[in-house]
Amino acid sequence: MNGIVHPGRGDRLWRGIIIGTPYVWLLLFFLAPFAIVLKISFADPIVAQPPFTPFFDWSASAGQRILATLDNYRFLLEDNLYLVSYLNSIKIALVSTALCLLLGFPMAYAIARTPQPWRNLLLLLVILPFWTSFLLRIYALMVMMGQHGLVNDLLLSLGVIDQPLAMLYTNGAVYLGIVYSYLPFMILPLYASLEKLDHDVHEAAADLGAKPTQVFFDITLPMAVPGIIAGSLLVFIPALGEYVIPALLGGLDTLMIGHTLYDEFFVNRDWPLACAVAILLLLILILPIVLFQHFQQEADA
Amino acid sequence: MNRPSTFLYSVLCFGFAVLYIPVFVLMAYSFNDSRLPTVWGGFSTRWYSALLENEQILQAALLSLEIALVSATFATILGTMAGLALSRVGRFRGRSVLTGMIAAPLVMPDVITGLSLLLLFVSLQELLGWPGNRGANTITLAHITFSMAYVAVIVQARLANMDQSLEEAAMDLGGRPFAVTRDITLPLIAPAMASGWLLAFTLSLDDLVIASFTSGAGASTLPMVIFSKVKLGVTPEINALTTLVIAAVTIGVLISGWFMLRQLRAQPAPP
Repeated sequence: MNGIVHPGRGDRLWRGIIIGTPYVWLLLFFLAPFAIVLKISFADPIVAQPPFTPFFDWSASAGQRILATLDNYRFLLEDNLYLVSYLNSIKIALVSTALCLLLGFPMAYAIARTPQPWRNLLLLLVILPFWTSFLLRIYALMVMMGQHGLVNDLLLSLGVIDQPLAMLYTNGAVYLGIVYSYLPFMILPLYASLEKLDHDVHEAAADLGAKPTQVFFDITLPMAVPGIIAGSLLVFIPALGEYVIPALLGGLDTLMIGHTLYDEFFVNRDWPLACAVAILLLLILILPIVLFQHFQQEADA
Repeated sequence: MNRPSTFLYSVLCFGFAVLYIPVFVLMAYSFNDSRLPTVWGGFSTRWYSALLENEQILQAALLSLEIALVSATFATILGTMAGLALSRVGRFRGRSVLTGMIAAPLVMPDVITGLSLLLLFVSLQELLGWPGNRGANTITLAHITFSMAYVAVIVQARLANMDQSLEEAAMDLGGRPFAVTRDITLPLIAPAMASGWLLAFTLSLDDLVIASFTSGAGASTLPMVIFSKVKLGVTPEINALTTLVIAAVTIGVLISGWFMLRQLRAQPAPP
């Protein structure tokens, strides 16, 4: 006996189970589905169950033949509806990310500089909405902004307006809905980087004669950059593919790509086109997702 | 230490007002006898009785709870395995692929996850004649898949911050990997697994889009029923439901907060 444990068969089996089980699960239920989406995006729609042409044609006399068409992609680029949906989604996601940052930064900064135990209480207030149903919170906004909602009621009785404002079913409602839903995702990473700020550095800078704005732009802001990047991507990425918010709060002209994809699939039942929409959306998302992962790894290192 | 300025506190209050006022107003409406939100018809609990008599909502709630319980449990098992695989078993081939497959579901839009999983189920049905009727079974599989990634991230974060010396000591003393994982690692990461389970449970209860794609004709989860009702405008029963959900979540958060505080006090203060 030399005291060194050699890996036995049982150990290798254990290792295999630990790695293999989640691996196989994700290959089957995460990666394989994307291959299928990609495959169907090259198919033609037909009236059948399932409603698309097969990729491999086994019946052809010459053996196996691949039936692929780029028609769906050509259609996406030709029909204005899709282009407008993509561009509109990017615009709405960008603007709401900026609004979240504008509101979230002072909030995170105030929380980071509040002494304990109040700081933990404020953080809890940021996290709490995250645990309550997203759908029900959007519904609460609908009730607030409706024609007979509290906001209109208040403004009418104060005499500010004499006709109810059309707030619900507008682009503005969608912006508000995204900010309302994703604000916690912006505040938390901002808080994490602002919390690390050493107040002695602030005081030293102030003692040396730096003006408050100078301290903010030269010290606070650069320190917060990782939080700004992480928070912005955490809002931008889900906002881009959002379905529920435009479906409930948006109007007929609020075209967002998640909503368009959903309708293409469930209303028009054009599965191949819906797949092509999904593949293009993924291509748009790849850059921000890769950026996000890059910054996360940098933060971990 | 300089306190935040009045400006910062005003923005903070404004932000919290935006986050909380709509929900509080809705909770007040849930006790309004009138169907119209602008008319106060007096205090009443009639919408709560209506909710409890609404067979469709109750059945959907039961189905959602069932799916959430099963999927959170499986997601915790699979997610913990993935977390261990990424931080405790050393190098292996295809590790980066696993890292990517864990990270991607976190940022994948629901419409894409839902669409791709439905197409997988349709293809499997054609090839193998499985999974048969889509419903609770396919929704559960879908929920396990996207929530296991969240569990894996939580477990991995805990493992990364954990001192490995206990596990190494057990290995040096001749402990087999399986026994070390069972007796040392798992008890240490149990709190992370519990948070992961809770998160998976909440995500499953809350999901509308993925469930709509992967469900068949028969099965409707609670979010699906809520969505179909809410699309038509104000529904007083849903106001009552919202109040109940918020109450349950608040109680849950308060209890877990109390436990966490007790744990913090039991530990010696850091130097």
